[in-house]
Amino acid sequence: MTILCLVEQDAAGLTDASLRALTFARTLAGPGGRLCAVLFGPADQVPAGPLGSYGVSEAYVIEPEALDGYAPQAWARTLEGLASVTVASTVMAAGTERGHEVLAHLGALTGQPMAANCVSAEAAAGGTLTVARQRWAGLLIEDAVLDGSPALLTVATDAVQPLPADTAAEPEVRVHEPDLAPADLLVKAEVSAAQDGGVSLATARVVVGGGRGVGGPDGFAPLEELAGLLGGVVGVSRVVTSEGWRPHTQQVGQTGTKITPELYLACGISGAIQHMAGCASAKHIVAVNTDPGAPILSRADYAVIGDLKDVIPALITAIKERPRS
Amino acid sequence: MEIGVCVKRVPQVGGRIVVTPDGQDVDTRMSGFAMSPHEECAVEEAVRITERLGGSVSVLTLGPPEAAEQLRDALALGAHRAVLLGSVGQEGAGQEWGPIGTAGAIAAEARRHAADGPGYDLLLMGNEAADTGDYQVGVRVAHLLGWPCVTGIKHLEITADRARAGREYQGSQETFEVPLPAVITVKEGINLPRYPSLPGRLRARRAVIEEYQPEQQPEGLRKELLRVPQTEQHQATVLGTGPDAVPALVQVLQELGVLK
Repeated sequence: MTILCLVEQDAAGLTDASLRALTFARTLAGPGGRLCAVLFGPADQVPAGPLGSYGVSEAYVIEPEALDGYAPQAWARTLEGLASVTVASTVMAAGTERGHEVLAHLGALTGQPMAANCVSAEAAAGGTLTVARQRWAGLLIEDAVLDGSPALLTVATDAVQPLPADTAAEPEVRVHEPDLAPADLLVKAEVSAAQDGGVSLATARVVVGGGRGVGGPDGFAPLEELAGLLGGVVGVSRVVTSEGWRPHTQQVGQTGTKITPELYLACGISGAIQHMAGCASAKHIVAVNTDPGAPILSRADYAVIGDLKDVIPALITAIKERPRS
Repeated sequence: MEIGVCVKRVPQVGGRIVVTPDGQDVDTRMSGFAMSPHEECAVEEAVRITERLGGSVSVLTLGPPEAAEQLRDALALGAHRAVLLGSVGQEGAGQEWGPIGTAGAIAAEARRHAADGPGYDLLLMGNEAADTGDYQVGVRVAHLLGWPCVTGIKHLEITADRARAGREYQGSQETFEVPLPAVITVKEGINLPRYPSLPGRLRARRAVIEEYQPEQQPEGLRKELLRVPQTEQHQATVLGTGPDAVPALVQVLQELGVLK
């Protein structure tokens, strides 16, 4: 089986979501399968080593002279062309904003169905795929049959762990010139300079969460201080942003950001399922809550029963005063 | 400015999601319904645009007769006209309406509206429905109409014939400028929706809802079964009560390696 996978890069190289998508793709391709990657950028900057270690045997690169920057329909048109060049039976991307957008365009261009946020996929009878995909931001799984040629899908960013192949491949890097129409370039991103460069909520190693129990916009200072001491950031529940206490950019949950920290310290958060959908990938959850019956206690590893207004300042003091080893 | 806003009636799930015994639907016997959160923001955004530039907001939904409730919610927030695209009558065959059929129904309504008068200058939608999460209806509608599309938008500026639409990407701001008419899908956080006013509610209750029966199309993605994923249900280890628990908490933080 030949699979074509769009991969995204950031300053640190291949994104975590793309490594997971490649892991997913390699499993679907099976032993002896062929995994082709598609990248946008200069050919001499293709991360051939990491791509090879994830089992990519061919890397198709679209250089800035051919297509500079992000234009969703042009990216989809490029994938359409490469799908026929490689005779791919499946075209996929990570379930990121761009991944969903490009694959949706590809679905519209080709008239094919697209399955978003798959957590597994297997070849089935008649060239179809049996997929399991997330609904309700992962709170529900849909088992479905995807009947497309090629099959189009995105991979949920928490579907699989990124795992290199047992034997690395030596990817052949091929420069590809897409066949684009002017209409494909009508929508194109202008990217402004990066913001302050602070720790981002989605990738922070520690997230200190605040919910209704914080009580109001003035209650976040201790949480900010604690997050600073732990090298993390503050995240909040939906009630906090809908009350206007904190900006929506800090919201963790189904309609906010999905976080992936080592530690999620959830303070005054009851743990509604829409919120838990955003922190399901946290390695460890510690809850501080006045209510020992709060739903979050059935998802947390550890809990402190008490008011965050007493516990957090005491914790800050203890951290500051603890003996340094 | 003629704006169409697409909303979807979805269950309001509380503590947990329960699936019906046949595995085909979410059990809604104990839940209410609402429009998806992103869409509530889309309605608010549309109303704000027409408050500034004049014009009218039509709210559209594809759904059962009960979805009139969500249309009236949107009317109470300030939408002017409501259109119900009936989904029942064709669902008997067991096939759920998917993104291809839904996009076809919305595009057909946009064409009908253009034939009747000044068509839509802008179609606003949620980035993805809260329930099915297909992430594609807006893009498919745009292709059917030959309009540009931008998705996942958190900042929007509309002038008479153009839209500037922004979203975050890897910690920076990404902006798209497109001519109208266009399809724009938005995310929660683009605004803080208002509460409906009492006169708004009264107007909504009396409003006449236009109804059409769109034609369903075959979908290449076919649902077989819905299930709740296995999650670890356990009870947290309680470290203690109040500030007395802090020493134990510090020890846990050290063990997790988040304290240097």
